[in-house]
Amino acid sequence: MVTEAEKQRLLEREAATIPRGDVYIVEERCKGCGLCIAFCPKKVLVESDRINEKGYHPPELVEKPPVDVCINCGFCERICPDFAIFVKEKKVNNSEQ
Amino acid sequence: MSSKDIAADEFLSGDAAAAEGAIAVGCRFFAGYPITPSSEVAERMARRLPEVGGIFIQMEDELSSIAAILGGSWAGKKSMTATSGPGFSLMMENYGLGIMTETPTVIVNVQRGGPSTGLPTLLGQGEFMQARFGTHGSLEAIALSPESPQECFDFAIRAFNLAERFRTPVILLMDESVGHLFEKVRIPPQRNIEAVSRKLPEEVPYPPFRADEDLVPPMPPLGDGHHIHVTGLTHDDEGRPEMTPKMQEELMGRLVNKIRLYKDEIMDIEEDGIDDADIVVVAYGITARSARRAVTLAREKGIKAGLFRLKTVWPFPTERLRELAEQGKKFVVAEVNTGQALIMVEQATRKDAVFVGKYGGEPHKPFEILNGIEEALHADN
Amino acid sequence: MPIIKADKYPLDPYLRTERLPHVWCPGCGLGIVLNAFLRAMQKLGMDPDKTVVVSGIGCTGRTAGYVKMDSFHTTHGRAIPFALGIKAARPDLNVVVFSGDGDLFSIGGNHIIHAARRNIDITVIAVNNFIYGMTGGQLAPTTPETSITTTSPYGNLESPFNMAGLMAIAGASYVARWTTVHARRLEKGLEKALSKRGFSFVEVMSPCPTAFGRRNKMKGIIDSMMYYQKYAIIKDNPNPLDGVIKPNEKFVIGEFMDAEDEPTFDDKLWELTKRDFLETSQADRAKWILEHRRHLETLATLIAGENIAPQEGEMDE
Repeated sequence: MVTEAEKQRLLEREAATIPRGDVYIVEERCKGCGLCIAFCPKKVLVESDRINEKGYHPPELVEKPPVDVCINCGFCERICPDFAIFVKEKKVNNSEQ
Repeated sequence: MSSKDIAADEFLSGDAAAAEGAIAVGCRFFAGYPITPSSEVAERMARRLPEVGGIFIQMEDELSSIAAILGGSWAGKKSMTATSGPGFSLMMENYGLGIMTETPTVIVNVQRGGPSTGLPTLLGQGEFMQARFGTHGSLEAIALSPESPQECFDFAIRAFNLAERFRTPVILLMDESVGHLFEKVRIPPQRNIEAVSRKLPEEVPYPPFRADEDLVPPMPPLGDGHHIHVTGLTHDDEGRPEMTPKMQEELMGRLVNKIRLYKDEIMDIEEDGIDDADIVVVAYGITARSARRAVTLAREKGIKAGLFRLKTVWPFPTERLRELAEQGKKFVVAEVNTGQALIMVEQATRKDAVFVGKYGGEPHKPFEILNGIEEALHADN
Repeated sequence: MPIIKADKYPLDPYLRTERLPHVWCPGCGLGIVLNAFLRAMQKLGMDPDKTVVVSGIGCTGRTAGYVKMDSFHTTHGRAIPFALGIKAARPDLNVVVFSGDGDLFSIGGNHIIHAARRNIDITVIAVNNFIYGMTGGQLAPTTPETSITTTSPYGNLESPFNMAGLMAIAGASYVARWTTVHARRLEKGLEKALSKRGFSFVEVMSPCPTAFGRRNKMKGIIDSMMYYQKYAIIKDNPNPLDGVIKPNEKFVIGEFMDAEDEPTFDDKLWELTKRDFLETSQADRAKWILEHRRHLETLATLIAGENIAPQEGEMDE
């Protein structure tokens, strides 16, 4: 039986070995189609309440560290039909890990 | 000394002469589809173009033939296709694309009897109006109509020069009789061939539709970083679609005016014995040869007749005809259709003309036009 | 937590950004295909100055207007022969046709068959959305049987084209079919198609939630995309004849043809302009023309199913 504390440690170790990403958006291009939200493998995107200048709701981030975070897989930027959302590798310093 | 350095006389059909004229002026790209009576143009090009480093492609139809020559022209080659009535009809949409995108190219139409499949091997002049009004929308057309193999050669050269000068498709409106007629053609030495090259922009990037003062835009070549966008939609000078009333009027106005304002430079009319004439015979293509004979016969009978030959059928010489009408002259129109140039002549002269139409597939006999001249002499107006 | 705001997108150097946002509806797959194409170009280091994009008419036809390259938005159905003219005259340029299923296979159907037969060195990206989107959702030559469109209100009576199979059989050097859900494979497939010498063809199944999806039991944008995830099966070296698409049934995606390089149509046209070739014997010219024809052998192998990796369901036999 794995204790909660051990489980947390394992998760944190896993989180430290996978890449992390920062998510960017050119917000006025977003048409709120929701594809990035639906196809994000880590489910870190949700529709926001905000409205962009064309009247659409762009996505926002709901990361739940240490595991449910952007892993810089780049699928959102490939599935986005509007050249709006993209990711860049996060520079993580060791002290944060 | 190569044969290109001295003038040479060759015995050529009109079709072959048109091909040779095109090659002489620098045509290096031909895409076409066989159709009687124009196939000899393609056959000549298929043999000759590779010899001069040019590309010949037999396409799957006329729709693709004209699309390919528009592409070839943007890719920097002087390009041409050749067809006859049914194929000409199929080409109409992309003829319009050529007008809209200001793409220099030459379309040879060796006219046969129509409508539809009509008379594939026999004469017609039924595309006089189609050359001008055949594609949708408003435009000004340029079309030349040779009466001999020599003129097929010379007019092919001029057609390319006008196409490049005005950045627009030009129609070489031949007919079956001229296309299949064999005569001596004098091919001048290459150095004597006047070849107009398209205007190129001096800066990169240059917008593909930004016109100079003469309303003709320089044409940016592909692959040089101009990043041009070319569309059949109404567009601004960068080529960006802009479908507004203002843009449409601005663009249409320029496309039409770049030809209208230079009509005098384009129009080429043969006036033979017009000054003292009471009767003016208007004709073009093969019909002009019968008309010339008819005028001679009329003069022998003491009738003052003259020939007004449309070497360029479009733009139409409305002003000149009106001037002649105001001098009290009467008009005869001879052509191989049921009355097309007739409409233009009557509109220009504001009076009825005697029409000598013939549409069985044969050229006019001179006496048929002579009868028309005599009829005009006795007519009231 | 808001996402970090950016004013530039990594592919912006390839785009006429002043034209964005584009005309396509929310959730339309066209942007995904264009995105994959530009990524493939970037990966290959293709020079946008030497690349020409030619489109026809329709929603996909608008693509040419968004790429920062020499680009042509031609007439309905005629993108292929226009592109052929460019490539034949300027073989040094990369020529890409980006157009839709209706433009390429209905009104332009004859041209694409002949372009594949000639093996002209162009890349065709054929976006298949099952429908005429721009005109409001009418029947296309790719609409699955029974589907509801505005001109088949009782269900489509016709069988759709197997576009990938048709291209493989007609003579294309490279044929692949992917969907917008398979965005990474699509990108790889486009890389391959763009590097291939000869006629390369990539069919991309791409959702039209507005004009197709909502009339055919795909209520939203996501449903339209999920359709591909649910029904697509990836196969290695599939038989081109197995490229038929039926409504609400599994369909095959993958590489339908990857023939060995051979001289392309434009190579041959330019060979013909060389004095040596013109002056050699007819027998030698005939030999040269024939000795490079490998497509038919590849096709025969694919159709016979030889040298084909085990397919789904055959692994345990």
